[in-house]
Amino acid sequence: MDLLYKIFLDPFVQMGMAPDLLVQTLWEGLVSGVLYALIALGFVLIFKASGVFNFAQGIMVVFAALTLVGLNEHGVPAWLALIATLGVMFVLAVAVERLILRPLVNQPDIILFMATFGLTSFLIGLGEFVFGGEPKTMIADALLLPRGAIELKILGGFVSLQKIDIAAAIIASILVAGLAVFFQRTRIGRALRAVADSHKAALSVGISLEQIWVVVWFAAGIVALATGIMWGARSNVSFALEIVALKALPVLVLGGFTSVPGAIVGGVIIGVGEKLGEFYWGPLLGGGIESWLAYVIALVFLLFRPQGLFGEKIIERV
Amino acid sequence: MLYREAGQYKTSYAADAAVFPILQDRIGIAVILALAFVVVPLAVGDFWITTLLIPVLVYALAVIGLNLLTGYAGQISLGTGAFMGVGAYACYKLTTIFPDVNIVVLILVSGFASAAVGTLFGLPSLRIKGFYLAVATLAAQFFLSWCFVRVPWLYNYNVSGAIEVPTRTMLGIPVTGPNATPVTRYLVALTIVVAMTWVASNLIRGRIGRMWMAVRDMDIAAELIGIRLLRTKLIAFAVSSFYCGVAGAMMVFLWFGAAEAESFSIALSFSILFMVIIGGLGSLIGSYYGAILLWGLPFLLRVLPAQFGVPIRAATVEHVQFMIVGALIILFLAIEPGGLARLWQIGKQKLRVWPFPF
Repeated sequence: MDLLYKIFLDPFVQMGMAPDLLVQTLWEGLVSGVLYALIALGFVLIFKASGVFNFAQGIMVVFAALTLVGLNEHGVPAWLALIATLGVMFVLAVAVERLILRPLVNQPDIILFMATFGLTSFLIGLGEFVFGGEPKTMIADALLLPRGAIELKILGGFVSLQKIDIAAAIIASILVAGLAVFFQRTRIGRALRAVADSHKAALSVGISLEQIWVVVWFAAGIVALATGIMWGARSNVSFALEIVALKALPVLVLGGFTSVPGAIVGGVIIGVGEKLGEFYWGPLLGGGIESWLAYVIALVFLLFRPQGLFGEKIIERV
Repeated sequence: MLYREAGQYKTSYAADAAVFPILQDRIGIAVILALAFVVVPLAVGDFWITTLLIPVLVYALAVIGLNLLTGYAGQISLGTGAFMGVGAYACYKLTTIFPDVNIVVLILVSGFASAAVGTLFGLPSLRIKGFYLAVATLAAQFFLSWCFVRVPWLYNYNVSGAIEVPTRTMLGIPVTGPNATPVTRYLVALTIVVAMTWVASNLIRGRIGRMWMAVRDMDIAAELIGIRLLRTKLIAFAVSSFYCGVAGAMMVFLWFGAAEAESFSIALSFSILFMVIIGGLGSLIGSYYGAILLWGLPFLLRVLPAQFGVPIRAATVEHVQFMIVGALIILFLAIEPGGLARLWQIGKQKLRVWPFPF
């Protein structure tokens, strides 16, 4: 009885007793959810357009942030470093298309998946080789990102919101809106959706697959850079982010591999779910359950809805 | 000219079903086994045995385990590292509880603990497949890693949180622990790996292996010809986890000597998967090639500059090693997506018709 009480009743009593703490937890979950969603967004973009499950997205985030900070450390002004980093991500996109996608076209999915493992390993080595492996501080001030916190007085208590988190949420929404417009309204966006639907049909109406792949990897690179800046400003720029980036996988499972809104909603659900779980139920199990809770949420979810919230239903024909 | 099966007639069913139907293959494998069992312990130094040969054997066994699951049964798993951890911790607990039982027996028995856990985490494979399954097995990886840290019973309430291998003897000779010589540990590991490879090769040639391959190639068609998916997939998870568990127990007891939860992280799972793909999906010999290449190459990169007195900082070597391994993976996939095993087959075919092109 005591255990049941602790699982089913006590956490909710705590929530009711201290609503400000609940709001604070929800907010923190929301913020980490937005960052998971941004990483997942990069995955979705590439998966939609090229059918490649890009495992390297997490490391691309670190690599972009590291390039930005590293260039700045070598005396390049912040705005120029930002442009240069965009340039680097473009070169990366072209290189990926030339050296990985083109030779491996028409191979089974798992081979391409493996190739992105190779890319991950290569980028880790390159990033550490050029800029060093130690954690770095993000140049938040030079990029005009706000710092400090806002104290909100609600529900008989205080809730403190970091300004950088608010900025992250706003930038994420702008990014998603921009991508939506890009997909729906522009010529390249339409071509991208065509490629996502069917490679062969897109080729037959004269869409260049190579060009689309470069565009989509570059778009994922931009998303990676934005994520890297936000994440770096919250903690710092280091390769520890690689493990965090894996959290994007349950997000994808929840939202569906091919859905942009799914990535956002899934990210928020995972972020909020794991913070609530850790805060209210974690002590029962000795704490630290944040490391696997997201995967278990996704696993349970998979059993009931294998295609995710917004994913296309998988139909198998014999 | 030398390698050719012409004139070797199969006159009995036994000859037809032999693992190595060609005489030259039989000679080759006998030579390799003789080298491994007799020449290596006599002629190779302890440094090479502990840093190169034992790790390769341990990895090869784990790679075979994952290959049975991914290469033969077609189910992706990213939880290999955790299943190896289960084997290691199970062996540690078993030898604590039963200190008198032969350690080699315990290493093999601990595989069953891993098999049970693996079967449990294989259950989602009945509903989902492909990348979704990979994510589901990540849940196993992170949950089990968490258990290795948070369940103090597993490491006997040690303050350090690490498991340390006690000295265990067999026939009066220390096999594990600080007193065991590298040669002893090497011979024990070699015996286990050779025996389990032989079992695996017969398993995949038999009924179970054929069921796995049918499910891998097309699960719906397999179901139609009367293969029970539930049992087949769960057997694949159980056998694969058994191999990984034994490999994990060997890793700690015959190689590391001590281990903590960090040793069985996601990085281990990924490196085993790398070895499977580079070696060749669905090939036992490829499992060895993958382990040898991906363990041996970074090792050589680390050791060779030092041997020749080239001054390179250790950190730089590590970074360059990451880059080279990454580039090699991509290069190999581009040249031959079938992996090293496929290159080996092509080479054998070339040998068979040599000196003619066809």
